[in-house]
Formats: sequence, structure tokens, C-alpha cells
Amino acid sequence: MTSIDLPTPDLRSDGLAGVPSTETPQTRKDFASDQEVRWCPGCGDYAVLAAVQGFLPELGLRRENIVFISGIGCAARFPYYLDTFGLHSIHGRAPTIATGLAVTRPDLSVWVVTGDGDALSIGGNHLIHALRRNVNMTILLFNNRIYGLTKGQYSPTSETGKVTKSTPMGSVDTPFNPISLALGAEATFVARTIDSDRVHLTSVLREAAAHRGSSLVEIYQNCPIFNDGAFDALKGGGREAAIIPLVHGEPITFGSEGEHGLRRDARTGAIDVVEVAELGAESLLVHDAHTDDPSLAFALSRLTDAGRINRAPVGIFRQVERPTYDDLARQQVTTARQTSGEGDLGALLSGRDTWTVA
Amino acid sequence: MTKQVKQLDRVIIRFAGDSGDGMQLTGDRFTAETAAFGNDLSTLPDFPAEIRAPAGTLHGVSSFQVHFADHDILTPGDKPDVLVAMNPAALRANVADLEPGATVIVDSHDFSTRNLTRAGYADNPLEDDSLDNFAVHQVDLTALTVEAVKEFGLSRKDSARAKNMFALGLVSWMYGRPTESTVEFLQTRFASKTELRDANITAFRTGWNFGETTEAFAVSYEIKPAVMRPGRYRNITGNLALAYGIIAAGQRSGLSVFLGSYPITPASDILHELSKHKRFGVTTFQAEDEISGIGAALGASFGGALGVTTTSGPGVALKSETIGLAVMLELPLLICDIQRGGPSTGLPTKTEQSDLLQAMFGRNGEAPVPIIAPRSPSDCFDAALEAVRIAVTYRTPVMLLSDGYLGNGSEPWRLPEVTELPDIEPAFATAGAEPFLPYARDPETLARPWAVPGTAGLEHRIGGLEKADRTGDISYDPANHDLMVRTRQAKVDRVAASIGPLEVDDPGSEHGQRARILVLGWGSTYGPIGAAVRRARRDGISVAQAHLRHLNPFPSDLGEVLRRYDRVVVPEMNLGQLALLIRAKYLVDVVGYNKVRGLPFGAAELADVIQGVAAELPAREG
Ligand code: SF4
Repeated sequence: MTSIDLPTPDLRSDGLAGVPSTETPQTRKDFASDQEVRWCPGCGDYAVLAAVQGFLPELGLRRENIVFISGIGCAARFPYYLDTFGLHSIHGRAPTIATGLAVTRPDLSVWVVTGDGDALSIGGNHLIHALRRNVNMTILLFNNRIYGLTKGQYSPTSETGKVTKSTPMGSVDTPFNPISLALGAEATFVARTIDSDRVHLTSVLREAAAHRGSSLVEIYQNCPIFNDGAFDALKGGGREAAIIPLVHGEPITFGSEGEHGLRRDARTGAIDVVEVAELGAESLLVHDAHTDDPSLAFALSRLTDAGRINRAPVGIFRQVERPTYDDLARQQVTTARQTSGEGDLGALLSGRDTWTVA
Repeated sequence: MTKQVKQLDRVIIRFAGDSGDGMQLTGDRFTAETAAFGNDLSTLPDFPAEIRAPAGTLHGVSSFQVHFADHDILTPGDKPDVLVAMNPAALRANVADLEPGATVIVDSHDFSTRNLTRAGYADNPLEDDSLDNFAVHQVDLTALTVEAVKEFGLSRKDSARAKNMFALGLVSWMYGRPTESTVEFLQTRFASKTELRDANITAFRTGWNFGETTEAFAVSYEIKPAVMRPGRYRNITGNLALAYGIIAAGQRSGLSVFLGSYPITPASDILHELSKHKRFGVTTFQAEDEISGIGAALGASFGGALGVTTTSGPGVALKSETIGLAVMLELPLLICDIQRGGPSTGLPTKTEQSDLLQAMFGRNGEAPVPIIAPRSPSDCFDAALEAVRIAVTYRTPVMLLSDGYLGNGSEPWRLPEVTELPDIEPAFATAGAEPFLPYARDPETLARPWAVPGTAGLEHRIGGLEKADRTGDISYDPANHDLMVRTRQAKVDRVAASIGPLEVDDPGSEHGQRARILVLGWGSTYGPIGAAVRRARRDGISVAQAHLRHLNPFPSDLGEVLRRYDRVVVPEMNLGQLALLIRAKYLVDVVGYNKVRGLPFGAAELADVIQGVAAELPAREG
């Protein structure tokens, strides 16, 4: 089999290019639907919904050109609460539906809302393929490290040893690190944020929406009912020592005084936590989310605790440009029409070998 | 030497060889020559699931049968008149299908002890009396081919590979086929490899000349062109016709076609074909799995495209949940199932029609889906248009049940006038003064509005949870659920109002002498049933035939039609799936005739069944 070099499409670096905007100023209220929100009191989903509703007006898009698609799970109710187009589909399959929609409708801003079970368990195959294809969509992965809607079984991101209804003696599976997984799946935009940090969450959404291609945003989301406090170390007092903030172009430091930092071994690529005072600021690792080689982002993702989370990098791990599947697929249609003209049905049906019976 | 020319009205030829011997190509070429000559024809390719099964074994035998005639025919024929066998395995695998007196042309080159053993022969059939009932022509096709093409400097292996063209040339001479199209075909196919091109053309011509000059072949045959309806014709396989039907449906509806599909035998050809026609606005998406294929198609439908997915039975099993979602979302979607032998992986390259109940019931909950089945290769075109008409008009997923026999088989197709193809009206919703109700319904069809993203004022949320009537909000209300379940069923039932009465071919009905037996079929059994009914009528049996295109809902008058007959015979390539539905719905105790051998029925076999039923009919009363 041969392979050919594809013509490069105009790299439209803006994820929203082609989506019609509106002159009418919008507010948070314009995006709230008339449906009563029915998550449990204190659920992290409320904060994310508020942040998204607060953020969407900033995009200035026509509401009817925004579509939220979800699978199954607590987070999957999200589309019902937004006054845009919405589709609450079946377990794990939202990325497939979003793919068909994004490929056929370049004028839409397509969002997928999913959870750790939906995206990484039943829908794992679809997630990795959507990411490698780089279909222009933003995937919000609500990670609460538990199954909420089915009432508290362990999930593919739960720490090993998790005692739940289905694992009374502790779970024996190794969890996924969603960031590592996405990077391994050739994702072009990978970020992590936290439900309770509205400012950070919004800043990540802004970058994700602007990214052309699949953006994966992992949102640490607290489930007060079945896994309360899973991310407490990253919230409240002491969080400066637990969150490793990733800012492109900045040296990576953390701790209340910025006293800890990261250093990368030039030879092995391994990353160590070091004391800034001992080694000096010059030797610190400077974050580069734009580098093509995903190994730095991957090494950073491994600093996330796999067990109970006491430390985790937060921010944009990777943000690189690569032609999107949907742009390329549409371009092939355009090219075919340009080179051979619009299809002629009569000629197609006849083919080359016909005969006439008089 | 002058040779005798004999007139025949029809001939069945089977080309058989190793899967590497190019038998499908040989059959295709012979078919193209035959179509160009103007005979009516029908073909049956039969090949192993393995891409290159061990050479010389029975598993590796690939064959192509073509039936052609000076009159209209319906099937690829039961028993070959001529078998072309390229090795011992091909002979052994096919000889049992021959009637005494059949002609066998066999490449004697490979009948070594080793190859005989591999094919399971203890003795050489060319040397014992096992082929005495046949007119056997032993020809060392391999050696003759190698000799003929030696000037082109090919390796021995490449030289020998042209033997299929030698055989094609020989058989083309025997039946007076025009040769230009094959020469042109070889010129194009091997345009960049001139030695191969020249060797194949030479082998083809040498085969022809061999027939003309050698004394072994004393007779050639003439089969006059068939009298066919005036018009322009081409030959077409079912899968190609289906792909064209989908493109035509896109053109006639103004919808862009989006195919989401995962490769699977015997449906992949449709994916291949549609991927070539991007200039018709067709987008093809080779998904990561069957589920993603249909999910993407449904997403495209949500966005206002014509979402299509193509698969076979195992793929339908994986798509079931999404089909259920499409039932709930009430969006147009076309699911094409090119059925094959099941269950599980079953017989990937063999035909069967055992997915009817899966199509009908294979989902959780009450999830009715209209079902359409084409009855011949070219009919796949019309069936696709009809399936899309229903999907778009009624906002529903529709199942189209083709099968391996239809998909790979071919027949002449009278080309339709593009302007006369049915129009399909998407009638997208637009914003009105009233608040938008995504589950309000058209009073006639019960279809809900197709409200696509990008339409201001129609923002709404839909999903797999039960919908409230009219508003489409989530509803757990018991009465509402009961209403919605019944409404979805009623909507599918309403499709019956848009289809005409069942056509019944009952030659006696005009003179008040209606037949007492009705043979009822669906899908690809149309040809064999039709041929069997003709035979039975020739034998003086009064028998009617009806064939169902719409399997859900059935035509409104089906029950009435069934009750007109003393016996209703339902032949199916399954264990009685249509029979089960008919008995359940109409309480008519049909007589099933069921075989699941991976092969289409033979006309003679079904004629015998009709004979048997007729013989047991009690005398007419009064
Ligand atoms: S179960 Fe947990 S995740 Fe689900 S709504 Fe309740 S708090 Fe939120």
C-alpha cells in the first residue's frame, strides 16, 4: 500500500473559526435553560456549570451554534441546563456523536461533557480515537474518581485499594492517569483544572475553546456523596504545596513561598522536585506546552499522585497545532469537487459499460 | 477446420480455482462480456473468508458462477453446465454440484500426488472412472500459458498466473463472447506494467485461438441476446447499487451524505465505493468500531445530514444501543445490514437472511424500526431510496436488510432516469411565533420536527431518557411513558399508509381461477422463488408469488392476501423468522421451508417444495 503526503490545509489556529458570532451582548442568564438543576447539594458539578455559563458569553457566539453532547453519568445531565442545542446520549459514546456532528457542521462549536467512567471505562476507545484524530471539539472530563449515578462503585481513576460497594476488600485495579492517557493518544491540547477554582477553570476553558482540534480538559470534581474530599489537598490551606502550577514559558515552582521547583535531567528526561534555594532559579524547568515532543508533558503528568491525591500538576500540559480530522475530511470533499467538478448522478449510475436495448 | 455451432437458450458456467488464481476477476470479465453481448444474466461469487487460504486445499477454493440466457432469468442457476477447475481442490469442491453430462474443463497441470493429497483425493480423478459421467477436457492450461507468454520475460510464477486469462479466452470462444472489453480492461489494469499487460492479453487471445484450432473442442455455442425492456442497461452488484442508491438519496433530498462505518465482510465494498464519491458531497468516516460508526452517523443526522451506517449482523449487534437512541431521538438514520451466516462470526463470506428478528426486536425496550429488504442486486438501489424516504419522512432509524448473495451477486440493471427518481423532502423545522416544541407531531405521519443546530429559536435538548410528549423534557410520568411508547409504535405503523398494496403475481386471478398456493418471500430469495414458481407453473401447478419489500410495517393488506390462499409457503434462509412474524400477527399457519447452508436456494429445490405442497392439498371443495 502506498501513502501520500496530504496537502496542508490552512491551519486555522482558532477553534471557533467558522462559527457565527453575535453582536447582541449575552449574559450568564442567556445560557441557563428552564430546567431545574438536580445534582446533589454541594456537588462540584454546580461550580463547573456556573463557570461554563459565566464563560460562554465571552465567546460571543450565536447560542444556536453551540452544541453540548454528553454520555451517561451525573455530569452527563449538563446539556439540559444550558440553553444551547444539547444531546444527552448513551454511555461512553458522546465523542462519536460529536465527531459526526463536527465533521458535517464546521459552523458549530461542539462540546463534550463526560465523566471518568463514561470517558475512560465504557467509552475509552472512543475517547482515544477522538483525540488522535484531533476532531475540533472540547471535551470536559469531570473526574470525581467514583461512579456517582450508579451510587458509589469505584471508577477507572479510583486509587488502588478503594473500598466501595463493589470492592468491599479494596479495588485491585491500577487507575488511569487521564492526562497521561490523553498524551499517549496523541492529543494536541491537554489540561487539568479544579471545580472550585473558577478563575483557573475559566482560563483553561478559554484556551481550550480557542484551540483548533480536540481539547481534553480534566476537571477534578468533588462528589460529596460518594467520594467526598478526594481533592481536598488541592483546595483550602496548604494547596500551594500540593498544586504544581503549569504556565507556559514560566519556571515551574510551587509551595507557599515558591520554595519548591522542578528540574529535568537533560540525559534521562526524568523530573525531580528540588528546593529552589539549594539549586538556584536558573536550573529550574521552564514549562513548554508548545513543544512537539510530548515527553515533557508526559513526565509532568506522572507527578500526579496515583493514590490519594496530595500533589498534582494543574494547568495546560500540552497545546500544539496539528491539522484537524474534520478540516482535512472537508478539504478532501472540496478538493474532489474542485478537481473533478460537482458529481453528475446520471453519469455515475451509467458507469463505463452500458448497452442499449431498442 | 470448421466447427459446429450449437444453439442454446441458457448456460451456467462456474469458474473455480485457488483464491490466488484470480477466479473472481475471471468471472467478472466473463460477466462483462456477457452483459455487452446482451444476454440476461445473474452471478454468484463464492469465496473463502481467508484472504489466502493454504494453496491447493479445499478451504482455499474460490468460485464464480454465471448464468446467462436468451430470456429473462432470475437466479445464478442451480447446477453448472460447465465447470472450469484450475486445480484438484477446485474440481473436488465443485464436482458434486454437476449433473451428468456437464462439461468439465480442468487444468491438468497440478494433478501431482502431492496436490491430489492436499485436495483429499486418494486417486487421480483424471485417471480413474470417477468423471465418466462428464465431458472432461483435460488441458494443461498452465503449460500452454507459460509457453504462450515466454517472450515477455516474466518469471515462471508470473507467467503461470496468466492462466486464468487463458481459461477466460477459451471459454469466451466457446460461447462467442465479445473480447474487446476484456482487452481494454487488461490494458488499463496493467497500464504501468507493460510485460504483465502483454502477457495477460496474449494469454487471453491464445486461449481463444486454442479453442478455435484444437480438435478437442469441436463445438461452440450460441446463446442469442435476451429480449429485454427497451432502455439503457449496465451490469451491477448489490453493494454497488446500494452505494449508488445512498448517493441518489442524498442528491434527491439535498442532504449531504455521511457514512460512519467499520470494515466488515460482506459490507466493506459499500464503504470503499462511497469513499470514492466525495464530489457528491459524500463524507465517509472509517470509525474505530461499529459503535462509533453509527454514533457518528447519528451525530451527523442530528446536524441535518443524511446519516448512514453499513455493516453485517455482528455489527448490528454492537450498534443496537445506538439504534435504540435514534428511536428515542426520532432522527433519520439508515442502517444497512448486509447479512451473512451467523451467529457470532459465523460464515462471513456466505449468505443468510437470519437477521430479520434482530432487526425487528434486537433492542431493549419497545423500539420499533421500519425494515426494508431489496430482492435483487439492482433492487438495492431502489430499496436504499425507499429506506431513506421513510427515515427522513418519519424521522426514524430504518434498517435495510441486504445479504451477501445480493451484495456480491450481479445482474443487468435498466438505468433509471435521474429526474424520475423520487423526491425526498427533509422539511427542516424553522422558528415560529410559538415556543418550540421538539416533540410536537405531524398529524399525518406522527413525525416530530427535525430541528438542526444553527437554527435560532430552536435551541433544545434531547436525549435517551424518556421524553415528555410535545415538550421533549425529561419525564418519568407513567402515563406519559405509556403514551410515548405507543406513539413511537404508531408512527412506525403509519409507514404502511405510504406504501401501496402488496403485489401478488397470481396468473389465475384474472379469470376467477385464483391459485390455491401462495409462495411468500422476502429479500434475496426472490430470484429462486420466482424461478421455482415458473417451473411449477410449467408443470401445471397453479401457484401465486408475493414478495415483501416492507417487513416492518407489513403492507396493510397482507393479512387479507394470506387468507385468500389455502396454503402459504414461506421459504427462508433461516429457521423461519418471517414465518414466526406472520403467524404471530395474522394467525396464518404458513408452511416454512428453511435452509441455512450459506448458499441461495436452488430453483429446482423450491419447485420440488411447491410440488410437494400441491400434492398434499385436499381437493377443492364443491
Ligand atoms: S452523586 Fe456525586 S457526582 Fe453525582 S450529583 Fe451527587 S454529588 Fe454530584
